[in-house]
Amino acid sequence: MVLGTDRMIPLIEVRNLYIAFSDHKVLKGISFDLMEGECLGLIGGSGVGKSTVLRSIIGLEQPTSGIIRIEGQNITRFTDKQFISIRKKIAYIFQGGALFDSMTIYDNLAFPLREHTTWSEEKIRQVVLQELKEFGLGGCEDMYPMELSGGMQKRAGIARATILQPKTILYDEPTTGLDPYKRRNMQKTIVKLQKRGTSSIIVTHDMEVTLEICDRIALLGDGTIQAIDTPKNFKKSYNTLVSNFIRGIKQEGEDLGSSMQVESVRRRQ
Amino acid sequence: MKWLTDIIHFLGGIAFLIRDIFSEIRTKPLYLNLILRQIYEIGWRSVPIVVVTGAAAGMVMTLQYGLALEKYGMKLYIPKLLSLAIFREIGPVFTSLILAGRIGAGTAAEIGAMKVTQQIDALLALGTSPIKRVVIPCVVGGIISIPLLCVLSCLVSVVCGAIVGYTQLHLDFFSFIARMLSTVYLSEFFSGYVKTYFFAAAITLTACYFGLQVDKGTGEVGSAATKSVVTSSVLIILGDYLITKWYWVLIE
Repeated sequence: MVLGTDRMIPLIEVRNLYIAFSDHKVLKGISFDLMEGECLGLIGGSGVGKSTVLRSIIGLEQPTSGIIRIEGQNITRFTDKQFISIRKKIAYIFQGGALFDSMTIYDNLAFPLREHTTWSEEKIRQVVLQELKEFGLGGCEDMYPMELSGGMQKRAGIARATILQPKTILYDEPTTGLDPYKRRNMQKTIVKLQKRGTSSIIVTHDMEVTLEICDRIALLGDGTIQAIDTPKNFKKSYNTLVSNFIRGIKQEGEDLGSSMQVESVRRRQ
Repeated sequence: MKWLTDIIHFLGGIAFLIRDIFSEIRTKPLYLNLILRQIYEIGWRSVPIVVVTGAAAGMVMTLQYGLALEKYGMKLYIPKLLSLAIFREIGPVFTSLILAGRIGAGTAAEIGAMKVTQQIDALLALGTSPIKRVVIPCVVGGIISIPLLCVLSCLVSVVCGAIVGYTQLHLDFFSFIARMLSTVYLSEFFSGYVKTYFFAAAITLTACYFGLQVDKGTGEVGSAATKSVVTSSVLIILGDYLITKWYWVLIE
């Protein structure tokens, strides 16, 4: 809350965000806010630019135009050096975990602590082992990422990204490729992190997870936000795009996904 | 004209990489452990191949000179010719070309694979600079190791040349060594040695540049390794001519 006003400052504020790869516009002016403690689900067809939104928030993609504010600070034209302080506060969970394959799981988790704290190795060991236990990875500390299953790699990725206790977590398809049992575990992990007081944006195709754990859902299509509402309102929405996406029906003329276009443009670059 | 734009693109990319290295090398942390690891990977693990190629070069050249000069009764000039050729040209250039294959391909492929598996993005997302953690250790490790490997190669070449001179051409081993030492002055030695710093920078910067350019999947990793080897080899050969020319102009 800003002193002297009743207005809450959003944790993340995206205004009129345009991103184009070459001459192909992926995002055509999207705007949304993420409030403190909120969980926002970002859904839409494959390749509509959901991950691009997350990547631009963390500075891995440069917006063509538009504004991104983190806690009121305009970070749109930040350099990688300036982004360091932002990246300590916002964790990005990669789809495949993106663990460093030349390091053990222990070293992967210890990495952010060694980089950004002055803790002793003893304290780092204590924290890492505790975190591994919490994420159900106890006993895996000496293993290399390739020795873990896909679900375990994802959990290790989340453990590494959240070990510095970030305020916000950006999930890029956290449940994709997991069996129903592991998906449920992943959902529990996300809820557990929510309870720690973190805010999050979840990019996913998984409607079940989105409807259950998100406070609000934004449907992305044709480079813009087609609808943004609570899961309850989403379920009973009269918007055909929303209801069809939830039911998995794609009618002629709907352009919720332009995957082939985006993919091909990226390949060309 | 695509080749021209490719060259301009490459030179621009290398210039930006050098700028990033200089802007980040001054700030902490310096990751000494990673630099030492690269010295081990690039330097120590290249010793066997450098010794073998250096020995082969020295032995073959002694034999070739021996066969050619024996006819004119000029065998005694073999040590002089061999030492000049090895220290000025063959040692630095030949060793650097071998290392461009070994280090250039390995480094470009490793960084390329890190790009494809989003490990470079993960470094950025975790608030760490890939230039600091990946590029600087590789470039500094290479600049420290490669000149030393070239000196090692030269020494192995002349010793092996002397052994071949003694066993095959019936020249006295110690007088062979003494003649070589009396030929190679510091200026001769440095004319070859200074080049190796340029070669080291060319090999490591090219490898890092092509590795970081990988963007479109695993297929591009192999191509990055190939481009790295070809480009750094061309740079070594062209650089060799230019540096040699400038060095002797400066000396004279």
